[in-house]
Amino acid sequence: MLRFILIRLGLLVPTFIGITIAAFGFIRVLPGDPVVLMAGERGVSEERHAELMQQFGFDQPIWLQYLDFLRNVMSGDLGTSLVTKKPVLVEFMALFPATLELSLCAIIFAAILGIPAGIIAATRRGSWLDQSIMGTALIGYSMPIFWWGLLLIIFFSGMLQLTPVSGRISLMFFFPPVTGLMLVDSLLSGQKGAFASAVQHLILPTIVLGTIPLAVIARQTRSAMLEVLGEDYVRTARAKGLTPFRVIGLHALRNALIPVITTIGLQVGVLLGGAILTETIFSWPGIGKWMVDAIFRRDYPSVQGGLLLIALVVMFVNLVVDLLYGLINPKIRHVR
Amino acid sequence: MKHRLLGAVAAAAIAFGFAATAEAKTLVFCSEGSPEGFDSAPYTAGTTFDAAGQAIYSRLVEFENGTTKTIPGLAESWDVSDDGLEYTFNLRKGVKFHTTEYFTPTRDFNADDVLFSFERQWKKDHAWHEYTPGISWEYFNGMSMPDLLKDIVKVDDYTVKFVLNRPEAPMIANLAMDFASIVSKEYADQLEAAGTKEMLNQQPVGTGPFQFVAYQKDAVIRYKANPSFYKGKEKIDDLIFAITTDASVRQQKLAAGECHIMPYPNPADLASLKADPNLNVMEQEGLNVGYLAYNTTQAPFDNPKVRKALNMAINKQAILDAVFQGAGQPAKNPIPPTMWSYNNGIMDDPYNPGAAKNMLDEAGVKNLSMKIWAMPVSRPYNPNARRMAELIQADFKAVGVEAEIVSYEWAEYLDLSKAKDRDGAVLLGWTGDNGDPDNFLAVLLGCDAVGGANRAQWCNEEFNNLVQKAKVTNDIAERTKLYEEAQVVFKREAPWATIAHSVVFMPMSKKVKGYKMSPLGIHRFDGVDIEE
Repeated sequence: MLRFILIRLGLLVPTFIGITIAAFGFIRVLPGDPVVLMAGERGVSEERHAELMQQFGFDQPIWLQYLDFLRNVMSGDLGTSLVTKKPVLVEFMALFPATLELSLCAIIFAAILGIPAGIIAATRRGSWLDQSIMGTALIGYSMPIFWWGLLLIIFFSGMLQLTPVSGRISLMFFFPPVTGLMLVDSLLSGQKGAFASAVQHLILPTIVLGTIPLAVIARQTRSAMLEVLGEDYVRTARAKGLTPFRVIGLHALRNALIPVITTIGLQVGVLLGGAILTETIFSWPGIGKWMVDAIFRRDYPSVQGGLLLIALVVMFVNLVVDLLYGLINPKIRHVR
Repeated sequence: MKHRLLGAVAAAAIAFGFAATAEAKTLVFCSEGSPEGFDSAPYTAGTTFDAAGQAIYSRLVEFENGTTKTIPGLAESWDVSDDGLEYTFNLRKGVKFHTTEYFTPTRDFNADDVLFSFERQWKKDHAWHEYTPGISWEYFNGMSMPDLLKDIVKVDDYTVKFVLNRPEAPMIANLAMDFASIVSKEYADQLEAAGTKEMLNQQPVGTGPFQFVAYQKDAVIRYKANPSFYKGKEKIDDLIFAITTDASVRQQKLAAGECHIMPYPNPADLASLKADPNLNVMEQEGLNVGYLAYNTTQAPFDNPKVRKALNMAINKQAILDAVFQGAGQPAKNPIPPTMWSYNNGIMDDPYNPGAAKNMLDEAGVKNLSMKIWAMPVSRPYNPNARRMAELIQADFKAVGVEAEIVSYEWAEYLDLSKAKDRDGAVLLGWTGDNGDPDNFLAVLLGCDAVGGANRAQWCNEEFNNLVQKAKVTNDIAERTKLYEEAQVVFKREAPWATIAHSVVFMPMSKKVKGYKMSPLGIHRFDGVDIEE
């Protein structure tokens, strides 16, 4: 197992270097630069443009800029946003908890509904129940998120007035962030009603962000389950006269869950990269919207630093999933 | 939800000591974006000016709320020397900077603060010129202040003299802009001593109507009324900006009572907003113009007759209906009708495809094909450039001109459209900075702006002389005459097809009282009250 972990960790180094190059290169490939955008319709003279590019250090040869970036990254300095003039790491840390909280809620929501739905569909294969679950999953998978979010807001917040429209907590609550996770901070604040308000604000974004993973998990669970249900040991278990509940719940599910866990892990990785549309609809102050803004403004340090940090998070999640997988399924460990 | 908010606000007031009584009045503004920072001078975005310049700071001169008229602010009065080169400001006494958790002023506002506020932007060797990495003063530069200023002199604690290199009539209007906001030198000194200069941009201190309480990035900005504001404490106790970037969601929040007022509604939503009995939709003609700029240096667009013929081929009313949903008016001049010196005597080129075709024939233009550049972003002066370009394309086709629509990503669009040898006519527009005609005519059409903001690459000596003369004349009546004449030259030469001036809308709860829309497009909450 140790050897497996070491090999897996060793692979991270070239991945990391590759990511720094991609993060650095990506934003520079796009036409236009931050100075032009800052000046807007007014425009900026050639001299002033050159002066500012020099001030930002963008007049240096590209490889030198990259080496500078790499050197700074190694010393933990991701640069300063050209827009807010704040360190990129500080900005990321202020926004990431919001993304983390929403992603975790969405994935829990998706797993809690998706796994049972997949099991039911598999065990009732071909029935109307199976077909309607899989049909719904297909719709969920192809749902246009922006439209879906707005629809829920108009119905639940606008017409029924059951949930708040957007934001993370009611404006009446005001406390300094401790963990940045609103569910935790609202409890720590000790203010009455704060936690309930945070929960209310999470409901719609969780549903919207969880919709696609829910569909993916349900489909994955169904197909994994179907595969396992055809195995000899399941037939044996049935033949032994075990109740269907024990056969499915104990023998089949355990093995069927292995690919499902991988799927969930990968989905977490995707969600942590920031949910641009969901964050925009629900005014959720997360890293997805932050990255998009930074790209539009050609805020080079924010984009390259932000992408790098997001990539690190995804790498970390994938590593954990790999290790977990290795733990559950010993066969993987021996693969070189 | 509607009732919940009011109760919530009262509870918040008690819990956090925002105000002494449970009847604290809180106004919630669903703002459209996040401020870049809280020092307005380094920035150029209206969103930042709303959150910083307008809420927190005051200036020597202010725009009268709801107009572009300049009135005394931190300067009680001023004198301009006969040669127009010296502006002497008499400063208001007894003005207090905000007392906050992070700063307690020991002295009132004085000349040192004025000098500090401008010198940091102007002098490259000033200790605060680059107080955080990569900071620059783009509005100060954009308004040509470095060329203009010769000296800023502290005559005494309450008298400051600005000495100019040349007369500049828009000087007073410039000083009412957000980059000219006055920051506290005493606070800056405190930050410098503590080695935390960057906090000037994060924990601001001003003399304005509201003082900063807290900012949660991309989510909420909180302010409270400045108890010692020199014009008296505001009627509302707390001001909250709930950052909501999507217009449809802003509308839902407003309808649900989660905020009281919102900017920039979707044009398509106006009907339903107006139908809501709890809402009031204010509207005002924006200080803007949307135009199509020909490249006047390239044949056949170097011929005014060709430009004029194309202008006559464009059906502006159809554009107003389709693109602006009727919320605008056709433009005939490069400046909007609400601006002084607007020449209403000018006749617009009539929409007449037949005549346009004949004029093109007369000019010897046959089988013309051209490009129309459509902006990729929505702006008040042009909510949907793509649609506008398609309509113009169809209009041009009707007179035998083949137009191809091209578009680029915004940064590239801004950059490429400046090129002197650019191929094609560009859709763009402008929203005024300071209500002065110079801010349109010189900035967008002056010879100095060729290769920059002058997208028509149009340098007309007659026009340029008139505008330059007006710039150095302080007499308003005389300036008006010069600008009126300049507009006649503009119309005759037709470097642009002037398309439209749009109307700007501001939906708000009927409980909001005293809100005035600024023609400059800024959102300010001084003088606003909420009915319980």
